[in-house]
Amino acid sequence: MSEEKVPSPGLRRGYLKEKGFRSWAFTHDHKRIGIMYLIATHLFFLIGGLLAVLLRLKLLTPGPALMSSHAYNVLFTMHGAMMIFLFIIPAIPSSLGNFFIPLLIGARDVAFPRLNLYSLWLFLAGIVVTVASLLNPIDTGWTFYTPYSAKSATAVTALSLGLFLVGMSSILTGLNFIVTIHTMRAHGMTWYRMPLFIWGMYATSVIQVLATPVIGMTFILLVAERIFGVGFFDPAKGGDPLLFQHFFWFYSHPVVYVMILPAMGIISEIIPTFSRKPIFGYKAIAYSALAIAFIGFLVWGHHMFVSGMSTAAAVIFSFLTFFVAVPTGIKIFNWIATLYRGSISLDSPMIWALTFIFLFIIGGLTGLFLGALATDVHVTDTYFLVAHFHYTMMGGTVMGLFAGLHYWFPKMTGRMLNERWAFHAWWLIVAGFNVTFFPMFILGMQGMPRRYAEYPAKYQPLNIVATVGSWVLALGILIMFVNFIRALKSGPPAPDNPWHGLTLEWTVPSPPPVENFEEIPTVTDWPYSYGEKEEPGNDE
Amino acid sequence: MTSDHPKHEGAPVSARLGIWAFLATELLLFGGLFTVYAVYRVVYPDLFQQEHLKLNRLLGTLNTILLLTSSLTMAVGIAAIRQGRQQALKIALTLTLLLSAGFLGIKYLEWSEDFSHGLYPESNLFFGLYFMMTGLHGLHVVLGMLVMGWLLVCARQGRFSAQYSTPVEVTGLYWHFVDLVWIYLFPLLYLVG
Repeated sequence: MSEEKVPSPGLRRGYLKEKGFRSWAFTHDHKRIGIMYLIATHLFFLIGGLLAVLLRLKLLTPGPALMSSHAYNVLFTMHGAMMIFLFIIPAIPSSLGNFFIPLLIGARDVAFPRLNLYSLWLFLAGIVVTVASLLNPIDTGWTFYTPYSAKSATAVTALSLGLFLVGMSSILTGLNFIVTIHTMRAHGMTWYRMPLFIWGMYATSVIQVLATPVIGMTFILLVAERIFGVGFFDPAKGGDPLLFQHFFWFYSHPVVYVMILPAMGIISEIIPTFSRKPIFGYKAIAYSALAIAFIGFLVWGHHMFVSGMSTAAAVIFSFLTFFVAVPTGIKIFNWIATLYRGSISLDSPMIWALTFIFLFIIGGLTGLFLGALATDVHVTDTYFLVAHFHYTMMGGTVMGLFAGLHYWFPKMTGRMLNERWAFHAWWLIVAGFNVTFFPMFILGMQGMPRRYAEYPAKYQPLNIVATVGSWVLALGILIMFVNFIRALKSGPPAPDNPWHGLTLEWTVPSPPPVENFEEIPTVTDWPYSYGEKEEPGNDE
Repeated sequence: MTSDHPKHEGAPVSARLGIWAFLATELLLFGGLFTVYAVYRVVYPDLFQQEHLKLNRLLGTLNTILLLTSSLTMAVGIAAIRQGRQQALKIALTLTLLLSAGFLGIKYLEWSEDFSHGLYPESNLFFGLYFMMTGLHGLHVVLGMLVMGWLLVCARQGRFSAQYSTPVEVTGLYWHFVDLVWIYLFPLLYLVG
């Protein structure tokens, strides 16, 4: 691309060159904003993870130990609320999405850079209010079910307001991305020449814009219930607690696709890059993202099969739940077809991507057990659900996030990760994850209910296994983060295109300069012509 | 900041797409309240019929007229600036601000009247809905007025022209949305048949 092959030492710092508080707090650069989201969300990942380790430690023994039942309730609520709202929802869209959407579509920034900064501030303000609620931490579970949440003496109001702000940030980020993808694509980048990560992020953004306001309204109504005594969810005043559940899940089910679709987008980038083969079924993968987003709006009722619902409604929701699994299956088959007879190299991003496929298949299929009416009655509110959820969210989204982090770390920081450390972190995390969560499927089938501080002694052996697994998992994550920090300090400089990728972010220096492109590129082809063109990126 | 920046070429298109996406979000936000309304209207038709009689229909009608007229003045303002008539834009924005202030004033009178009759959000489900819906709508009116105040300041500095009217148009779309919500709220709350 560019002739000047000897960059001055300052140039290699790219967008990171400017220093100081103001250069970050008032930046309009989507890359810096993405990095700040990345740091904030991962901080809460570590805190939430620490809480999880404490919870598992408590469950090592069936009887009372280590903490009171109230403290246990608080801890699992905090673990859930932080992981869901402060980590896993914004983790990929706001951080990697912010950083890479403009780069992948050949733009200098998002459509509304200032709005992007406001979104970040809203997010940080939401974090401040959320953290302030820890003075009187809530114990309702992350689902805030009424009537308990309307009466609990803990700081439900503060947390609701904090999460309302986080939600506004999420809406505005989604809005920004939709407009960016519509209007900022480089010349020649038609919809079918867009990288699949962009399709995934587009579907995600649509859900963020259309579903998040509903949870916003739910929080407003909950606060109104607590402050003004409005009785929408209070049976004593003629209200209906089930209405709260409908509202809550009308957002909180689609939002699991906000969590998973960007991860699927990342996988769709990594699989062809490391198989050196064009992606199989491009349009099928692209449209299945939109299909998941659309059908995902219609399945919320499957969270309420045992809450009280007509049989007809339950059957329809059950059918739609099975239906939403179809586009997911389409994606997985297309990824596997891409791998078939590819020239596969198992660098760290690829092993994470393959792990995603393996674990997400388990998570997705067990979701069908839960979507089947009769089975669901048996395993509702048991550890089976906990296992399913963690296989989709941690086995799915988080593995996809890790894949993305390893894939794009060189581009974001200009440094290479240590592959050996990455490998050791990987096998510890995968082993620890399965040892922690697989026993929970069995515990759930045996009937162990979730969310109780104590349990019958017959469940102890598998609980010990799960707790030991959580230590291995924590160790693996620790090593991974040490690897990140070591690489930041002393990793070898990254070439512009370490993985020989064909998407546009690999055509700019690592780390990219402010405004990304010296000249906006003109796109003439889709980005998956692996093995059909001369290999790019032999620039070192 | 020159025109070879693609982001400046597409700016009005982006802004318009952005505001439509924002209005979609707003629609879903109000949609939550309308859903609550629909559910309880079906469950308690008598309560709604009986309680709505306690609202002041005259003031409600007056407010509807005020807000509809403010939508008109806003539209006139947009038409004016498209032709580059800055003076007309300033007058139209001022009128819109006055009409919406009138709307809020009447809303204040209504709420005081309700409170003096002992009608509060916790009184019953209908009044819970009434206060939540008109309250949220009123908040949107206030936000719209703040933006229009800012538009007026910019208009006085002569920043808008036939070539550059995007902020006015975008605010106009928002304002029509606020108006539209009221057009639904008025019959649903004041004219329960």
